[in-house]
Amino acid sequence: MTNKDAYRLVLEIIAEIAPDEDLSDVKPEINLRDQLDLDSMDFLDIVMELRKKYGIEVPEEDYSHLASLNSCADYLIPKFKSVSA
Amino acid sequence: MLNSRIVITGLGLTAPNGNTLSEFRENLLAGVAKIEVLDMRYMGPVPAGVCNFEARKYQKRKEIRNGTRAGSIGIYCSREALADSQLDWESFDKSRAGIYFGITEHGNVETENEVYNISQFDYDTRYWSHHHNPRTVANNPAGEVSINLGVTGPHYTIGAACAAGNAGLIQGMQMLRLREIDFAFAGGISESIQTFGIFAGFKSQGALAKHEDPTKASRPFDVARNGIVVSEGGAVYTLERLEDARSRGAPIIAEIIGYHINSDAGDAVLPDSVRQAECVRAALAMAGLQPDQVDIVNTHATATPQGDIQECKALGEVFADCPNTYFNNTKSYIGHAMGAAGALELAGNIPAFEDLTVHPTINIDELDEECKLPNLVVNNPLRIDKVDCILNNSFGMLGINSCLIIKRFTE
Repeated sequence: MTNKDAYRLVLEIIAEIAPDEDLSDVKPEINLRDQLDLDSMDFLDIVMELRKKYGIEVPEEDYSHLASLNSCADYLIPKFKSVSA
Repeated sequence: MLNSRIVITGLGLTAPNGNTLSEFRENLLAGVAKIEVLDMRYMGPVPAGVCNFEARKYQKRKEIRNGTRAGSIGIYCSREALADSQLDWESFDKSRAGIYFGITEHGNVETENEVYNISQFDYDTRYWSHHHNPRTVANNPAGEVSINLGVTGPHYTIGAACAAGNAGLIQGMQMLRLREIDFAFAGGISESIQTFGIFAGFKSQGALAKHEDPTKASRPFDVARNGIVVSEGGAVYTLERLEDARSRGAPIIAEIIGYHINSDAGDAVLPDSVRQAECVRAALAMAGLQPDQVDIVNTHATATPQGDIQECKALGEVFADCPNTYFNNTKSYIGHAMGAAGALELAGNIPAFEDLTVHPTINIDELDEECKLPNLVVNNPLRIDKVDCILNNSFGMLGINSCLIIKRFTE
């Protein structure tokens, strides 16, 4: 799995939970909340969808890793790998 | 202060057969019922009244997804009512507005959905949504409106079973008279068609309507009536003290002149005509009216075999010698919109102040002998000489009765 793969999976989830957002130009290095209208409940939605779709658990102390697409990729790629292994 | 005159200055609604007052009224006069067949989870096909208002008009898709159907109905109706009131909302002090919605129930839909959701995950509660609590708190529909409109005054719901629509209006009126607020969004809201539990409960009680043609399933007073058609809907009124409405040059739709709520203190589900008659008489007394001064009585009748008879008994007694009082029923078109019913059905009759026409009760092939109210307007609209006072009945489970009287506005 590449960073771009991880971006795509996260953006697919965001497209579901925030369907009004334009996701065509999300900058991977910039915090998602600085580019998109996302609140704390939306991040809980991301956590829930990762659990439902991919069986990935994100404990509360790790929520900060979901801040940007880059940090999501760094944090989630090992988890995707261990789930699919 | 406690006797301030309270007037209706705006109205927004959604009913299965109309998303504006004019569309609703047009269909009530044309005899257009709108009931569909829903494929209800665990139950299969059931008749139900479904609203088709445009939720996106006032909400983002995310807000619709995260909120509740009741919230969307409340927002749509409140926004429409606000526009109708012509209030300059931008400059209005939002801490002086209050939101009071009657509801029959709230939270069944969302809880059933979550239980179904976790059933797909072997009942693992880790999959239970964090949206569940904000969706199911009892103030939900009023709270969603508060957020949408930026109302920082009070918001809450009034749980009053199917008497709730009137109860919401009464609460708004009382808070205006107490000067707790200057502007009320008041009425009733229901999302009940999305919960199988309501349908299954009525079915187990022998009170769920069935008919091969869904538009004929809701038939109050007909001998072949066999129960309730559950519907969703909402009606929100903007209420103000007369002096405030007058000083801003507001359009005045009608004045609320009387109301009453009482309790049967008897059976949990069977209605009590004695208490219903007491409720109507108390509302008349508050309004300072004799029964024969009421022009239109909009009945509560839900098309249950017993309920309709009890209400007719109560009304037959109160309005025994009133040759110019006419009776109708709105559920025959739209089913029973539960917590919205009283407010919505009253709304459908308000244009009678202008067109002097009583919309009929439809779906009567053979009138039940025990429901033969004098001057029951059946199947065809009736133009009458004057419409100055309209009385609405709404009754609910656990024996709660409500009655509200409005009057054509005159100085």
